Amino acid sequence: MTFLNHLISGVSLGSIYAIIALGYTMVYGIAKMLNFAHGDVIMVGGYMCFCATAYLGWPAWMGVVLAVVVCTALGVVIERLAYKPLRMAPALAVLITAIGVSYFLQNAALLIWSSNPKSFTSIISGEPIPLFGGRLSISRITIVAVLACVVIMAALSLFTGKTKMGTAMRAVSEDKGAAQLMGINVNTTISVTFAIGSGLAAIAGVLLCSAYPTLMPTTGAMPGIKAFTAAVFGGIGSIPGAFLGGVLLGLIETFSKAYISTQLSDAIVFAVLIVVLLVKPDGLLGKHVSEKV
Amino acid sequence: MKKTLSMLLAGAMLATALAGCGNSGGETTPPADGGEAGGTSAAAFKLGGTGPLTGENAIYGQAAKHGAEIAVEEINAAGGDIQFELRYEDDESDAEKAVNAYNTLKDWGMQLSLGSVTSKPCEATSAETYSDRIFALTPSASSTATTEGKDNMFQMCFIDPAQGVMAADKIADKKLGTKIAIIYRNDDVYSSGIHDTFVTEAQSKGLEIVSDTTFTASSATDFNVQLADAKDKGADLVFLPIYYQPASLILSQAKEMNYTPKFFGVDGMDGILTLENFDTSLAEGVMLLTPFNASATDDKAAGFVSKYQEKFGETPNQFAADGYDCVYAYKQALEAAGATPDMSASDLCDKMIEQFTSITFDGLTGTGATWGTDGAVTKDPAVVEIKDGVYVTM
Repeated sequence: MTFLNHLISGVSLGSIYAIIALGYTMVYGIAKMLNFAHGDVIMVGGYMCFCATAYLGWPAWMGVVLAVVVCTALGVVIERLAYKPLRMAPALAVLITAIGVSYFLQNAALLIWSSNPKSFTSIISGEPIPLFGGRLSISRITIVAVLACVVIMAALSLFTGKTKMGTAMRAVSEDKGAAQLMGINVNTTISVTFAIGSGLAAIAGVLLCSAYPTLMPTTGAMPGIKAFTAAVFGGIGSIPGAFLGGVLLGLIETFSKAYISTQLSDAIVFAVLIVVLLVKPDGLLGKHVSEKV
Repeated sequence: MKKTLSMLLAGAMLATALAGCGNSGGETTPPADGGEAGGTSAAAFKLGGTGPLTGENAIYGQAAKHGAEIAVEEINAAGGDIQFELRYEDDESDAEKAVNAYNTLKDWGMQLSLGSVTSKPCEATSAETYSDRIFALTPSASSTATTEGKDNMFQMCFIDPAQGVMAADKIADKKLGTKIAIIYRNDDVYSSGIHDTFVTEAQSKGLEIVSDTTFTASSATDFNVQLADAKDKGADLVFLPIYYQPASLILSQAKEMNYTPKFFGVDGMDGILTLENFDTSLAEGVMLLTPFNASATDDKAAGFVSKYQEKFGETPNQFAADGYDCVYAYKQALEAAGATPDMSASDLCDKMIEQFTSITFDGLTGTGATWGTDGAVTKDPAVVEIKDGVYVTM
């Protein structure tokens, strides 16, 4: 029974990592850049939902919609202003810019909302659901997080696999120059990628803050790094990989806390990551692409 | 140039887009750097301190600063021989930034220091005040390393080990629980310091510690495993020697698990009721050690609370009371020593060491407080229980 309990909290944590990781991997897979500001877009999403529900008194679903709309717009604006001018720049310059954007967002949030932590009201209210006659309970937000994660993963896979825009994205991911010659608008495609990634970040932010109800300007930073780890673990660029990596990371973290040591859990998580990357350098589901010289 | 401009415009756009809902909370953004308070009369003692005025621990720094400001205003308004000029600098609860902030204060001509508000930064600044021979009295930095080996560093709050011992004693004496679980943060000296002495004292008092789990700064959101461990082992009291923000998460996750033990916190728990949008019913029945109870009815505390509420629009916590007491303790010691503002910091330092080891101080955070040569204070804390969103002394 205890094992099942830990399994549930592991999956709950893992599915939130997975949703964040999906955003990371989406942007990396197509734009070939690590968007380190992703974690901070999550934080903005959390604050948006918080403002809508706590200050304006809107119902929770409208808070989620507002968060998604604002973050999507924010993602596109960030891409236009900070990343687009660097399209031809070396990867390192873009990476540093992303870190800059991350600090910018954190400090902007600090100015607007101050540093005092806020307690987030979960978007899903209600008592936890008892299982096995009350010996086990599962909180509603866990169920929502897992469902959201599966739906998002399936939708993204379908989108990139079946739609015209998805095909364009895959083409841009393979070869930007050739895609442009084939009549694909590379800039629009990358903008759409950022819009989707940031919209996902908003959903992740709301779910993260609902499951762990605290909100500060640095809320997104640590989950962002863990989710990035999850994306690499599963194979960065791969959508099912991000899902698998996120859930596994959550499970490993929870089980090592429960059965080995609460002190060493982070060390164990990253040790597992190192071992996996030694054996499979492209991550669990990553495809190995040989560099053409 | 064009790029700079576009980034600026982006910033402005972002700020206006987001500001709309940010401001309706009725709160003010703290200034990025420390402000000055109190009169700037010619002959005033320059009193300086560092604390987290921004960042995740800002609530402590702001409170200590506000408390000290009120005391300085009162003293200056009364117009006695002792006048103060107060300046606080932001350290974001970071040791390195605290040293920078301290240097700013030293350049300003600080004669007496209020140390730093939180433990780690204060350990760093106390090394500086020690080598510069500036006397320091911290309102709330409670680790033993703060004062260890420094003859001119004193504390207004209890040292961490003392809190661990007192918490175990109170739990045993009041029979609050027999099977104890502890959740503490092992990368924080404050938390692990209290934890260690609590464990020793609890064992000697016959309390059984059934679960002892930790977390770190990077895993301070998910406590399901720690709580499940406590629940499985049948703990009827969970001891939380941690700050209030992770504690608020523990309370809400325990509720999700239908786990309802007693929760017992230390002074870091103080502030949980001021957490914005926090459902205070979660904290119902939570007990904590605190030297200051804002709902106390004696004239001194009630007067301070009403002044604080009027000026800052919130109920003062223990850190505010500690800040207030520090200034008054200085006043008493300076009067007794016959010190004048034209004395150098090192002369004042010698006089203050002499005074603080001999005076008895009655403040908001306890009467009959005395200090040993090690800089630690001796006074009796109260245990309060949160009932209907207010502290009730047990």
